[in-house]
Amino acid sequence: MSGTAALIALRKRQDRWFAILGLACTLVGVVTLAVLLSGLISDGYQRLFDPAFYNSFPSRHAAKAGILSPLVGSLLLALITIVLAVPLGVAAGVYLEEYAARNWLTTIIEINIANLAGVPSIIFGLLALGLLIYGLGMPRSTLVGGIALGLLVLPIVIVTTREALRAIPQGIREAAYALGATKWQVVQHHLLPYSMGGIATGTIIAMSRALGESAPLMTIGAVTFITFLPPAPVQSNPPFVNFEWLNSEFTAMPIQMFNWISRPQAEFNSLAASAGIVLIALTLSLNAAAIVLRYRLRQRIKW
Amino acid sequence: MNFFYGTKHALKNINLSIPVNAVTALIGPSGCGKTTLLRCLNRMHDLYQGNRYEGRILLLPENLNIIGSDVDPMEMRLRVGMVFQKPNPFPKSIFDNVAFGLRLKGITSRSEIAGRVEESLKAAALWEEVKDRLKEGAYALSGGQQQRLCIARALAPEPELLLFDEPTSALDPASTSRIEDLVYQLKDRLTILIVTHNMQQAARVSDQTVFFFHGEIIEANKTSTIFEHPREELTAKYLTGQFG
Ligand SMILES: Nc1ncnc2c1ncn2[C@@H]1O[C@H](COP(=O)(O)OP(=O)(O)OP(=O)(O)O)[C@@H](O)[C@H]1O
Ligand SMILES: [Mg+2]
Repeated sequence: MSGTAALIALRKRQDRWFAILGLACTLVGVVTLAVLLSGLISDGYQRLFDPAFYNSFPSRHAAKAGILSPLVGSLLLALITIVLAVPLGVAAGVYLEEYAARNWLTTIIEINIANLAGVPSIIFGLLALGLLIYGLGMPRSTLVGGIALGLLVLPIVIVTTREALRAIPQGIREAAYALGATKWQVVQHHLLPYSMGGIATGTIIAMSRALGESAPLMTIGAVTFITFLPPAPVQSNPPFVNFEWLNSEFTAMPIQMFNWISRPQAEFNSLAASAGIVLIALTLSLNAAAIVLRYRLRQRIKW
Repeated sequence: MNFFYGTKHALKNINLSIPVNAVTALIGPSGCGKTTLLRCLNRMHDLYQGNRYEGRILLLPENLNIIGSDVDPMEMRLRVGMVFQKPNPFPKSIFDNVAFGLRLKGITSRSEIAGRVEESLKAAALWEEVKDRLKEGAYALSGGQQQRLCIARALAPEPELLLFDEPTSALDPASTSRIEDLVYQLKDRLTILIVTHNMQQAARVSDQTVFFFHGEIIEANKTSTIFEHPREELTAKYLTGQFG
């Protein structure tokens, strides 16, 4: 009897030990993040409250330098990324999930897409450099940067689209088909509307991924010292829209940070920290939006 | 006719005539092929790879072979309605649920759609409960109401043939008897096939009963004849609950 009691006591002790060990492991991540963040904030908080930081261009004088051009650059890149990746990714996801016959070709495509998600991001930069810049003679422009990032996040959009479609019960599809709908009508009137939330979530996650990327942009040749904004996309005289900005030289937040960090002066290093905080705030708020969206949609449509 | 799920021979030498403007009940133990037969009639099997029909199902008087490879499944689905075992309304408004089939038929006039939505909801005995909340989501309805909504959705495009796959198996007795009344009334307008595990239900609503076993028809006859004087011993055993 006492043998059993001793055994139970031993096992409970093991249990407790593992709980402590697990907690410690968990804390490693959380504490590291907290240390990193607090370091960043203490280095960079001063400039955050200076409006000039947001509407000045980078400068040789740290005190006058700001993030206007990289911030605008990042947002424009994100815009191109989304405009490219969402239609392509959603169409590919719908095709694979609803149209493609189950055969070896589809399997190969699926494996490739899964692998694409794991390809180092710099490879996408090499691809854009070789194909678009050297091959097609395009300038080292915002457009090329956006294309590289768009391809980079394409698998994210494809996978989230497919997951959203797979969550729709087969009974809903059958109900629509039973009324005489074609495949496209089922997709258009049912599957796309019902998977919109999942697709939007994937889009937001793709965007926050694209915002933080620097390797592909450097490969293409982002410029680190831009003291002008690209031509505005809207103008006051007809035709009112202007696509010149696509061909403009470009920079982005991570590129600018890289430049500032590599300078010897401490002032520039703290500028990099300030820019880092802005970038983290941007991506965190995008991720928060994705979480809220997912939560709200889960409440609205429950199958 | 015959039907195969890949290599599985699910319906064997089915030979059956289905009277118009009458209710035909399909009964038999689980897995005997009732659903499979039902889904042949609106070509649902075409949605999945590897399924194969053999033989003919003729739609009279025009002699159209429903399972002919030259017949578009879409055409059959526009002409044959189906109500599934589990209520499966679209996550849209009550109105849009019923209107979807009408729009598929190419009806664009708003007033005509509204009129036929109302008519169908009345025919499905749901109108009184939902007439003030047509814009609300269908998922706010109870299970029985959802199933009647699915019936209204199937009725709206005015199918010639309506298929019910155990429409009441997930419902309470009150909803069940409303749906049985409905089935009974609907046969003036169209032809009905209903799969059921409930013998009383088959006896109450149907004119003809077909007993299935292992993918074959054992016996098909007038409902009263089958229930009172079954020809086959197997049918008698099934009806008296000795197996199945
Ligand atoms: N998609 C499928 N692929 C392969 N076999 C199937 C498929 N669907 C059904 N079957 C098989 O075909 C046979 C008939 O199935 P069916 O669904 O028609 O039965 P049922 O009479 O409707 O049964 P229940 O009363 O349980 O609904 C069963 O043996 C089943 O296992
Ligand atoms: Mg069944």
